[in-house]
Amino acid sequence: MLGPLQSLGRQGLSFFQRLGRGHLFLLYVVAGIPALVLRPRLVIAQIWSVGVLSLLIILVSGTFVGMVLGLQGYHTLVDFGAEESLGVLVALSLVRELGPVVSALLFAGRAGSALTAEIGLMKATEQLDGMAMMAVDPLRRVVAPRFLAGILSLPLLAAIFSAVGVVGGYFVGVSLLGVDDGAFWSQMQDKVDLLDDIANGIIKSVVFGIVVTWIAVFEGFDAVPTSEGVGRATTRTVVHSSLAVLGLDFLLTALMFTG
Amino acid sequence: MISRSEIMHTKTVEIGVGIFVAIGFAALFMLAMQVSNLSTFINADGYEIKANFQNIGGLKVRAPVTMAGVRIGQVKQIDFDSDIYEAVVTLSIFAKFDRIPLDTSASILTAGLLGEQYIGFDAGGEEEYLREGDQIMLTQSAVVLEQLIGQFMFGQGSGDKKE
Repeated sequence: MLGPLQSLGRQGLSFFQRLGRGHLFLLYVVAGIPALVLRPRLVIAQIWSVGVLSLLIILVSGTFVGMVLGLQGYHTLVDFGAEESLGVLVALSLVRELGPVVSALLFAGRAGSALTAEIGLMKATEQLDGMAMMAVDPLRRVVAPRFLAGILSLPLLAAIFSAVGVVGGYFVGVSLLGVDDGAFWSQMQDKVDLLDDIANGIIKSVVFGIVVTWIAVFEGFDAVPTSEGVGRATTRTVVHSSLAVLGLDFLLTALMFTG
Repeated sequence: MISRSEIMHTKTVEIGVGIFVAIGFAALFMLAMQVSNLSTFINADGYEIKANFQNIGGLKVRAPVTMAGVRIGQVKQIDFDSDIYEAVVTLSIFAKFDRIPLDTSASILTAGLLGEQYIGFDAGGEEEYLREGDQIMLTQSAVVLEQLIGQFMFGQGSGDKKE
């Protein structure tokens, strides 16, 4: 009788403990960021592995998402004789939603999982303990540069995603399907607002960058130090950060684009 | 000791990150300049004129102002004058279109059947031209589709009663 109740309580307690650990962890990591100004090389090396190595998947998927939008949008709009609005459709969907969201999802799969696995393995092989023994704070030396690199990389990746997506949509819409070149760009420039659309899209991707990287480094740091534990932590990173991105996206959209 | 290959690797990493950041900012720049309306802000130096309308329908800020179908400016601001119960629309006209006659009339038109609304100018015959701060006297309100249908269905006489 009391057994299930007890296990429920234990699960609840451990959930909230973990939540609290995660927030304290974020606080320590953020406190360690200012010191990185003195050692930019640490951050640069992480931007390489987090951002530059994600570039290919972002470029390829951005192009194809833009091309699909162009194709689908054209066939829908042509029924209403509004195929000239294709540029607006492609640009707004990319800048507001797909750019930040899809690149955050890809980023979670490509870079987030790698971060978790790397930090988790460092923990499993006691490298983090070794650092602590040498009076090097692993949170500042290992986690903070990765966190900062993630936050800096994702907005840039999202911007690249949107830009190549628009070019992909242009290629399909104008070059293949014959939408008017001038109308494509001028309607787009008429309807896409710098602050309302593009700046809000960037804010979204900064938020996603913070959340995805936070989940990734925390899962790695908090992983059970066995090979199985690291594997589980990696899975959790991808699942939790994808869910967080999609949930937050709804929230941010509701806040930003109500007008 | 730092080996030669290690130095090469650091160099590759730094160059790679440099290229990545450059591409990222180039993408942002492209989004700002090519995709958004920033380019219309930049060459928006011009002069402002005002026009009162009884009903602006669905006119929005940044809607185009055209003359003979050519875009010559945009709607900058829409206010409501509570003394005369009319909408006051501030229009920003591009500087190079500086020879618009004073008695030009402005009407709110619709692009296509259900398209968005814009302001069309019809040139008058005055020798004087509109300048900063001038007001357009002859205006024509937007055609509200429901009123038009109502007039059509109930005839002109009963159309007045519903107000």
